[in-house]
Amino acid sequence: MSDARAPEGAGLALGKAEDKSVSWLGTGTQRASKLAWLVGLLVLVVAPFVGVYPIFVMTALCFAIFAMAFNLLLGYTGLLSFGHAAFFGGAAYVTGWLVHEQHWSPELGLLAGMGAAAAAGLVVGLIAIRRQGIYFAMVTLALAQMLAYGFEHASFTGGEDGIQGIQRGKLLGLLPLDGDIALYFFVLAVFVAVFALVLRIVHSPYGQVLKAIRENEPRAISLGYNVDRYKLLAFVLSASLAGLGGGLKSLVLHLATAQDIRWEQSGEVILMTLLGGLGTFAGPVVGAFTVVGLQNLLSDKVGSWTGVIIGVIFVLCVVAFRKGIVGELLAWHKRRSQKS
Amino acid sequence: MTEIFGVPLPALFGQLMLGLVNGSFYAMLSLGLAVIFGLLGVVNFAHGALYMIGAYVAWYGMDRWGINYWWALLLGPLLVGILGVVIERLLLKRLYKLDPLYGLLLTFGLALIFQGVFQQYYGSSGQSYSAPEQLSGATNLGFMFLPNYRGWVVAVSLVVCFGTWFLIERTQLGALLRAGTENPALVQAFGVNVPLMVTLTYAGGAALAGLAGVLAAPVIQVSPLMGSNLIIVVFAVVVIGGMGSIVGSIVTGLVLGLIEGLTKVFYPEASGVVVFVIMAIVLMIRPAGLFGKGA
Repeated sequence: MSDARAPEGAGLALGKAEDKSVSWLGTGTQRASKLAWLVGLLVLVVAPFVGVYPIFVMTALCFAIFAMAFNLLLGYTGLLSFGHAAFFGGAAYVTGWLVHEQHWSPELGLLAGMGAAAAAGLVVGLIAIRRQGIYFAMVTLALAQMLAYGFEHASFTGGEDGIQGIQRGKLLGLLPLDGDIALYFFVLAVFVAVFALVLRIVHSPYGQVLKAIRENEPRAISLGYNVDRYKLLAFVLSASLAGLGGGLKSLVLHLATAQDIRWEQSGEVILMTLLGGLGTFAGPVVGAFTVVGLQNLLSDKVGSWTGVIIGVIFVLCVVAFRKGIVGELLAWHKRRSQKS
Repeated sequence: MTEIFGVPLPALFGQLMLGLVNGSFYAMLSLGLAVIFGLLGVVNFAHGALYMIGAYVAWYGMDRWGINYWWALLLGPLLVGILGVVIERLLLKRLYKLDPLYGLLLTFGLALIFQGVFQQYYGSSGQSYSAPEQLSGATNLGFMFLPNYRGWVVAVSLVVCFGTWFLIERTQLGALLRAGTENPALVQAFGVNVPLMVTLTYAGGAALAGLAGVLAAPVIQVSPLMGSNLIIVVFAVVVIGGMGSIVGSIVTGLVLGLIEGLTKVFYPEASGVVVFVIMAIVLMIRPAGLFGKGA
């Protein structure tokens, strides 16, 4: 791999170290990983019937969607957005408000939330892709803060309290989602669809160009690719999928608050992706489940120390554990297969 | 009473003064960020938290040990600077060979930790800290009453900013720093202890944030979240000014504070976002920032 860096760290992927394992499904461990995914799906299908709290799994799945969307941008395109919470939390507001106040059906509410996130992503993306590397991160952070400010002060979002007691309504006007099991399978279906979509994007010719931009942006430009257009599309796609995750979460928890739109949330999705394994396909999902699980566990045990512990994990991840859980597993697997 | 666009002049000057005070904090913080970034290539997300810690040093010292403001002005930057040394030696040092984004992520984690710890011990509500007697009261300037403490903040900030500029641009030490920014290996070859210089630079930037925190303590409520609210605006200031330039960060900080003050007078609803809007416009016209070189 050539290491021709653009001065600002252009299109530089944090996930470069995991280059050989760009996609878990794409490597020699294909059969094993397919099996792992099937087992994972099976576990998720069975989970609510064996006493796992469905709300917990649904929340984790929403964050997994969010993290996958984020990983599409950071892991595969090499763009660190520090403002993705604006799309996640903003769409949560839009979906929540439409379903709760305007009595839209949930699928339309979700689509509208996605649309709003995509529109916001287009504007933020257009401005932010003018800079690269850390500047990109700072610009997205600032613009997201601006959106968050707008949402928090808008009349329909309910200020500090947010939108509470959101009714989930009926899917397609037929299937009531009030029961947790019904919603559970809806969320699971959406998750699988997003998963398949991201997989498809990453393995499409378009996804290959994104990876080329990540590896070496100047070369991608010299090959004649309109890099900005590719990046912008990736940004919009990522934003709208993040919005889908946020909208779903507002239905799951009956709640859309300012917590989802603040910069701490943007940091959390970075942590999920990093902890799970950047640029790996399973990483964001594993990371989302780990972080949400940890938060649930910790908030019972240590209460408000949770934020501090999350910060400590963040620091440890950056200093000593950059490959993340899945990345380490893959490296371990590779070492083992080389020995034998 | 004289008015401009229906706004009474004293109110206008009052808001401008407030804007200038805010601008002083923007300038000091973005200056620290620029200095750290210049040599370390790290965007210090923990800068807001360090500023918050500076303010808490002042408040805690007064509350527990009766340490007065003047000592706090010395103690705050010193303690925060020492904390900076620890952070750099213990953590940041390990990341220099990696993508600069990792530095941002690390300091983000640190910001979460600091903020969380202070929230744990002092709650989220603000503590008030009163200005020293010598600086209380106000002076009649003829066209407006100037609260003495605000004048003091602006004056100190200007002196500190100018001093930092002078140190970096006009002294032998500053020349070494700038050389280290360009080519650390070569400077090291000349027998300069570059790692030490890097550590002290981070500590210096941190101390600037700590000083800003102590200065801010009497003006705003001391709370664990005071830094995180500010740091994002400061990031926008840095993007507008262009990260590379010392003068740029000072001027941009002060000017944006003034603009924010003006917005509060004429269109208060927009005062929370005006800096970000300006950032978006600047990025459209001059992606490198107003004082930045190259893209």
